[in-house]
Amino acid sequence: MSTHLDVTLTVNGERVSRRIEARRHLIDFLRLDLGLMGSHAGCEHGFCGACTVRVDGTIVRGCLVLAAALDGAQVETIEGVSDSGEIRDLQEAFVVRNAAQCGYCTPGMLLTAAELLKQNPAPTRDEIREHLSGNYCRCTGYHAIVDAVAAVAGRRNGEAAR
Amino acid sequence: MNEIVDPLSIDRPNSYIGKSVPRPNVKKLVEGRGQYVDDIVLPRMVHVAFARSPHAHARIAGIDPAEALALPGVLRVLTGKDLEPHCEPWVAVLAHLKGMKSAPQRPLPVDRATWVGEAVAAVVAETRAIAEDAAAKVHVTYEPLPAAVDMETALSPGTPVIHPDLGDNLCFQRVNESGDVEAAFAAAHKVVEATFHTARHTGLTLEPRSILADYNRASAKLTVYHSTQAPHMMQGVLAQHLRLPEGDVRVICSDVGGSYGIKVHVYPDEVAVAAIAKIMARPVKFIADRLESFATDIHARDHRIKGRMAVDAEGRITAIDVDDLTGIGPYSVYPRTSAVEGNQVVNLIGGPYDFANYRAKTTVVFQNKTPTCQYRAVGHPIAAAVTEGLADLAAEAVGLDPAEFRRRNVMADGSYPRTSPAGMRFEGLSHIASLDKLLAMIDYAGLRAEQDRLRGQGIHRGIGLAAFIELTNPSPFMYGIGGARISAQDGCTVRIDPDGSVMAATGVTEQGQGTEGIIRQIVAEGVGVALEQVRVVTGDTLTTPYGGGTWACRGAGIGGEAALQSAIAVKEAALRVAAAMLQSSPEALELVGGAIIERATGQTRMPLSELARIVYFRGDTLPPDLPRELMQTRHFITKQYPFAFTNGIQAAYLEVDTETGLVKLLRHWCVEDCGRVINPLLVDEQVRGGIVQGIGAALYEQCPYSAEGQLLIGSMADYLVPMSAEMPDIEVGHVETPTRESLLGAKGAGEAGTAGAPAAVMNAINDALRPFGAKVHAQPFTPERILAALGRVG
Repeated sequence: MSTHLDVTLTVNGERVSRRIEARRHLIDFLRLDLGLMGSHAGCEHGFCGACTVRVDGTIVRGCLVLAAALDGAQVETIEGVSDSGEIRDLQEAFVVRNAAQCGYCTPGMLLTAAELLKQNPAPTRDEIREHLSGNYCRCTGYHAIVDAVAAVAGRRNGEAAR
Repeated sequence: MNEIVDPLSIDRPNSYIGKSVPRPNVKKLVEGRGQYVDDIVLPRMVHVAFARSPHAHARIAGIDPAEALALPGVLRVLTGKDLEPHCEPWVAVLAHLKGMKSAPQRPLPVDRATWVGEAVAAVVAETRAIAEDAAAKVHVTYEPLPAAVDMETALSPGTPVIHPDLGDNLCFQRVNESGDVEAAFAAAHKVVEATFHTARHTGLTLEPRSILADYNRASAKLTVYHSTQAPHMMQGVLAQHLRLPEGDVRVICSDVGGSYGIKVHVYPDEVAVAAIAKIMARPVKFIADRLESFATDIHARDHRIKGRMAVDAEGRITAIDVDDLTGIGPYSVYPRTSAVEGNQVVNLIGGPYDFANYRAKTTVVFQNKTPTCQYRAVGHPIAAAVTEGLADLAAEAVGLDPAEFRRRNVMADGSYPRTSPAGMRFEGLSHIASLDKLLAMIDYAGLRAEQDRLRGQGIHRGIGLAAFIELTNPSPFMYGIGGARISAQDGCTVRIDPDGSVMAATGVTEQGQGTEGIIRQIVAEGVGVALEQVRVVTGDTLTTPYGGGTWACRGAGIGGEAALQSAIAVKEAALRVAAAMLQSSPEALELVGGAIIERATGQTRMPLSELARIVYFRGDTLPPDLPRELMQTRHFITKQYPFAFTNGIQAAYLEVDTETGLVKLLRHWCVEDCGRVINPLLVDEQVRGGIVQGIGAALYEQCPYSAEGQLLIGSMADYLVPMSAEMPDIEVGHVETPTRESLLGAKGAGEAGTAGAPAAVMNAINDALRPFGAKVHAQPFTPERILAALGRVG
């Protein structure tokens, strides 16, 4: 049995073909094979959310997904959504509200928050807290993150109303 | 919420100190463009994984690396014996902690493993995955030895002595006593007592411990990329123990993914990595995985404290008597030592209160568990839990409301300077003002009325108060006098560049607190330029002034003052040049918004960039004797007080489900006085983050061990941490009592939240349980413990 598989997938809009070790997790593939260092390995067991990235439009734990299983998939990371400007308002809100301290959880937190606002454009504070509760942050105590996400939801809704 | 100030729209020119300005370095973090150690890849880099002891205590009879070495991609297996010739062992004691002892520790042990998780062999391989595969194939022959596990029996006859050369398992003992404690208790109107437990827990930085060491044999230089709080200290440690000249070691600390005290210590496996880099003369990387983090990051706060408090008929505290016991693992941790936490406990208990008779004993013992050492708010949350737990018991005993009890007993505002019964010197605190502000913020009377009303409906809510003091801006009295090469001084270099922009290089470091942000604010205001004209350099021993780094709440108070003084010195130097160029006098000129202006008229005379252009490129046009030093360095160290104490008070409001024992946090408040607030936005977030770490200790976090010394957690599924859904909104208020030791007047703010939160939560739970006569004093306050207190489970 081969321990490697040939895989072609799209990462941040770029087509990537690699021979990938079967046991290689997505987070390691992104970081070690593609040099995309914005996603972080935190707990390696799927609890902390630092490795959160998108596969085919849905957020996943990069430490629980095997990269070799992603033939044909669309993968998006913090680098991709930063380049596209898709979550610029969320990123700016995190900066202004100081909702990131050490920044290690931040890329995963942002992708999770972006998903929430896509699913629920007007979340309550409790709903924000609930949705982000799979992303561990040791620095902020979460309050500032909730503020930042709520502020962006409010602004997006304000713009939509106009 | 704070007013968020756009840096470009600040009304007063150059007035940045005290404003909520966003941090300059967050933009890269939100785009995933920070650089943590694991993001650095060097040519010829290899990876280390460690074979670690599965035994709490065992003789290492032999290590067979053959099977590991046979794996393709494995380069080397190194044992303690292999590293022994390359590295000096260390003994972590401080001379001012009288009688303290510990045993020599090496990067890898030579003959004995002393805790579960201790690294015993290092595998070097082409990739981390191969190194891990091979580490599992290193065959270590262990001969298990009896372990000393329970701290309560560490000193009992029959318990194995971990280091026979030391004679017993006692690391340190101290009694801090003043007044006549026995007489005060004999004369007391009421005496209350309780036994408190704070659970052994850990910092759980999301970025694990990380080091990349690169030794260039040709230039004989060791460069270490390290996730650390104290680059200069690590430079000295690595130089000393690897026998290199200090100047040949460079420590670079870029972004750090959380530290909280966890990353200010010397870890044997990290020293091993540096030694291996020197041996192999190539870059060697080690990134701890989460299991390694649980087993080898320092633990903290494993204390049992028996406390009693005496009060008079008016509810005034007359005496406190405590007996603290803590287990610290098999070695005191280098170089800060593991006795400081216990020492802090006996220094800080009773801290907010005005009373005369005090006795506190700490006993620090060795055991076969993960070593413990300083973690955010060292000793404070323990002292606060004991003090505030006893305060609530005493208030209840004399029939006083907890808020009134505190008002009656805290040191009066305006009664400073003064010294506490524990011997701590206070320059100026604001307990009464903080209490008043807190009670107004929380609408105390309204909250009590709500609590009463809901009790009638079978809903059990509690309000918990916790006053605290916090030790910040440490002088050499913290470590230096004990012989540790840990700088209490810090420095800043400020340079005006040809384009009129300003570079500030500081010895204090950034791990997310906002160090770079506040240094930028201080330097911009001190020099007289716009914020965006200042860039800050931190975390590199080659390019920054020598300093202690960031720990114990010293970044703003010590590093900030050095930055202010050097910024002012640069401005004075620039004005001297300007005066010569403009045929004026330095006193008649000012530097505002990046331009030289006339003080009297406010008229702009020259942009700073023009002055810098002349100095750097047309110095020939200036008077020959004119000094033109557009780079200045200043250092700062506190001299009048050993520490700049701060104070504050927290309140927790929560609901206890008396059927399930679950605690639902509703609101949390903190009023704290950290002196001059440089950036309210950053201070508030330090307080909030600290509070949530304290809540974690109060409700969730513990590192449990079996009776044999097996660590019973392996992942974040076992070790619970605060997540967003369970955490409350947190309101923060300030009272400002600046220190007069510095022009800036700033004290520390990073530990206040963690110091008071567990006590506030404990008191709130016990307040909620009051109708049942139930009380909990052992952290974490799990549903099981609450139900046991209620008599609902055995």
